[in-house]
Amino acid sequence: MRFALDDEQREFGRTLGRMLGASDTPAAVRAWARGDHGPGLALWERLARAGVFGLAVPEAFGGAGPLPVEATVAFTELGRHAVPGPVVETAAVSVLLARLAEAGRPVLAEAWLPRVCDGGARVTAALPGAPGGSPYALDADVCDGVFVAPGGPDDLFLATGHGPVQPSLDPARRLALPRCGAEPVAAGRAVREAARLAADWAAFAAAAQVLGVGLALLERTVGYVRQRKQFGVPVGAFQAVKHRLADVRVGLEFAGPLVHGAAVALAAGTPGAGAEVAAAKAAASDAAYAAARAALQLHGAIGYTAEYDLSLWLGKARALRSAWGTPAACRARTLDLFSL
Amino acid sequence: MDLDLTPAQEDFRAEARAWLAGHVPRTPLASLETEEGFAEHRAWERTLHAGRWSAVSWPAVYGGRGRSFLEWLVFEEEYWAAGAPARVSQNGIGLLAPTLLEHGTQEQRARILPAMASGETVWAQAWSEPEAGSDLASLRSVAVRTAGGWLLSGQKTWSSRAAFADRAFGLFRSHASAGRPHEGLTYAMFGLDAEGVRVRPVGRLDGRPAFAEIFLDEAFVPDRDVVGTPGDGWRVAMSTAGSERGLTLRSPGRYVAAARRLVALWRAAADPGDTALRDRVADAVVRARAYQLYGYACAAGGPRGAEPSLTKLFWSELDLALHETALDLLGPYGELAGPAGDAPAHGGWAEGFVFALAGPVYAGTNEIQRDIVAERLLGLPKGRRA
Ligand SMILES: Cc1cc2nc3c(=O)[nH]c(=O)nc-3n(C[C@H](O)[C@H](O)[C@H](O)COP(=O)(O)OP(=O)(O)OC[C@H]3O[C@@H](n4cnc5c(N)ncnc54)[C@H](O)[C@@H]3O)c2cc1C
Repeated sequence: MRFALDDEQREFGRTLGRMLGASDTPAAVRAWARGDHGPGLALWERLARAGVFGLAVPEAFGGAGPLPVEATVAFTELGRHAVPGPVVETAAVSVLLARLAEAGRPVLAEAWLPRVCDGGARVTAALPGAPGGSPYALDADVCDGVFVAPGGPDDLFLATGHGPVQPSLDPARRLALPRCGAEPVAAGRAVREAARLAADWAAFAAAAQVLGVGLALLERTVGYVRQRKQFGVPVGAFQAVKHRLADVRVGLEFAGPLVHGAAVALAAGTPGAGAEVAAAKAAASDAAYAAARAALQLHGAIGYTAEYDLSLWLGKARALRSAWGTPAACRARTLDLFSL
Repeated sequence: MDLDLTPAQEDFRAEARAWLAGHVPRTPLASLETEEGFAEHRAWERTLHAGRWSAVSWPAVYGGRGRSFLEWLVFEEEYWAAGAPARVSQNGIGLLAPTLLEHGTQEQRARILPAMASGETVWAQAWSEPEAGSDLASLRSVAVRTAGGWLLSGQKTWSSRAAFADRAFGLFRSHASAGRPHEGLTYAMFGLDAEGVRVRPVGRLDGRPAFAEIFLDEAFVPDRDVVGTPGDGWRVAMSTAGSERGLTLRSPGRYVAAARRLVALWRAAADPGDTALRDRVADAVVRARAYQLYGYACAAGGPRGAEPSLTKLFWSELDLALHETALDLLGPYGELAGPAGDAPAHGGWAEGFVFALAGPVYAGTNEIQRDIVAERLLGLPKGRRA
C-alpha cells in the first residue's frame, strides 16, 4: 500500500472541488436550513453523477466501492464546501445494507443501493444501538428510506414517519426522531454487526467531512486577516493572530494522515479499524473545532453573524463533533491503538 | 493496522528486530549527560556501527545501508520499541551529516562520516551565542582569514553535549562588510580540544552538564573544515535547521514506543473511572499515531519537506504531553527523579520529562516556528522579525 493519494484520486478531489466551487453551495445550504430543499437536491444530483454516492456501495449493487480512500477525498471536499444533507448517513446505509447482503440477505441491498448510487433514492439512518449512534436521523424529511437499528434486540426497521424536525447547532442539519412500525425488515446478529460497521463508516466519513470544514475555516480566515486592516496593518501581521492560525494549521495537518489511515484500515477490514476511525474522528473534530474558534475570534463581530457565510462552516464544526462518536467516546476507543 | 511493506522491507524489519533483541543492553545505560553515561553511549554507538545500524540511510561507503526513508522509519520504530539507548551521535548523524551530504565536499564526507558513524567522533552544534538565540543571524563570533584557513574567536553557548563531545560545527561572521545579517557568515567545523578552544560545561535543570559554553580565541580551522562557500554559511545552516526541526531528528518511532509504554502504565496504574486522565492518555496515543502516519505519508511522497516547522511544533508538544501524563499516572512516585528501591518501576519517565521540557525551546523556539508556519505556509504578512 502506498500511503499517499495517487494521481487519479487527487484529480477526483480537484474535479469535485471545482464542481462544488461553481455550485453556489452557500445558497443551497441556506435554503436547506429553511426547509427549501430544491437547490440542495440539485446539488445532490450532481454529486450522484460524480459518483459520490457509489463510493461505499459494492459493484454488485451499482456502486464503485467500497473505496474508503476515494471517500476520504470526497467527504473532505463535501466538508470544504459545506454541502448539506445526509451524505455521511448515505454512506452508512450503503455499508449497512451491503454488509447484510454479504451475510446472505441481499434483498434490501438489491432494492435500495442501485437507486442510492444514481441519486434516485435518498436514505438516512439512526443507529442508536451502535457505537457513536444517535436516536436522531439527519434529514429524515427529505429521505425515501430511513433505516433504524435501535439496538437491544438486533432488529432493523424502515421508519414509517418521524417526529418534528429539530434544529441543530448547524442550521443546515435537521434532526428528527424516526417512528418505526412493528415489523423489522431484518433481524439477528448480522444486523448488529452490519450496524457497527455502518457506524464506523459514518464516523470515518464524518471525520473526513469535518476535516474539510476545518480546512475551509482556516482558508477563509487566512484570507480575511490578510486583508482586514486595524492600526494601519493587516491584522494577520500581529503575532497573536499568526500563532493562533499556525496552531490550527498544525492540528489539521496531522489530522489528515489519521483520516487517511482510517480509510486504509477500513479498506483492509482489519479488526483494529474501529480504533483507527475513532482516532481520526477525535483528531479531526478537535482540529476543526479549534479552527472554528479561531475563525470566529479572528473575524471579529462579522464572524458572529448569520448573514456572513462563515457561519455555514462554524455550526458544522461543532455539530459534527457530537455526531457519530463524541470526543470522549472516540478517545476511549483509541487506547486500543497501542495496546501491548 | 500495519503498513504493508514489501517482503524485502519486512525482512529488513525482522533483521533489525532480531539484531536489536540480541544487542540492546539489558540494563539501561547511565544518563548520556554524565561522563560515565557518555562513555557508555559512545560504546553503544560502536556496537551499532559494528552491526551497520548506526546510520541505515547513508550510502554504504560511509558505513550505512543505503536504505530508503521509509526503511529508516521502520528501523526507528524497531529501535525505540526495543528500548534502545538515546543516540549520543545524533547531532552529527542527524544534523551535520545531511548537511555534508548536501553541501560538503567528497573529501569531507569520506573523512568525517565514517568516524561519525562509529562514534569515534561525537559532534556538537555551536550556533547559539549569549546575544544570538532566536535571532541567530545576529551572531558575533568571527572567522578571520589567515594562511590556509580561518581563526575563530568569540563565544558560543547552550551547545548540547559539548561537555564531552569531540568536535563542533558552528556559524561565524567572516565578511563584516556585508549588508544583511544573514550574509557574510561561514560554516566551520572545529575540535573542542583544539588550541584556543575552551569548554565550560553548564548544568541543565537537573544539574547535569547537558550543554556547554564554548570560548574561542583565535582557534585555527583549516580550509578543508569549512562547509560550503565561505561567506555563504547561512544557506548551509538552513539546510541543517531543516533536519533539526523535521522528522529526522525526532522520528515517529520514538513517540509510538513512548505511547505504548504510556498505555501500559495507564492499564497498570490508573483508576479506570478517571476519565480526565484517560483522555490525556488517549490524546497522546492519537497524536503519536498521527505522527507515525504522517511519516508514512512523507515516505510516500506526500507532505514531504513540509515543513519542518510544523513537525517541530508537533513533536515537541507531543513529547511533553506524553511525559507529563506519565508523571501524573505515577501518582506520588511521579516526583522521583530516578529509580528507587521501594517505588514501582519508574520507566525513565522523569528523565524523559526533563528532556522534553526543553523541546519547545531548542531547535528554534516554538514561537519562531509558529511565525514560520504563519508566514511561509499560510502567507500572512511578515512581522518585524528579520
Ligand atoms: C536543552 C537545550 C539544548 C540546546 N542545544 C543547543 C545546541 O546544541 N546548539 C546550539 O547552538 N543551541 C542549543 N540550544 C539553544 C537554543 O537553540 C536556543 O535556546 C533557542 O534558539 C532560543 O534562544 P534563546 O534561548 O536565546 O532565547 P531567546 O531568543 O532570547 O528567546 C526568549 C523567548 O522569547 C521568545 N521570542 C524571541 N523572539 C521572538 C519573536 N520574534 N516572536 C515571539 N517570541 C520570540 C522566544 O520564543 C523565547 O520564548 C539548546 C537549548 C536547550 C534548552
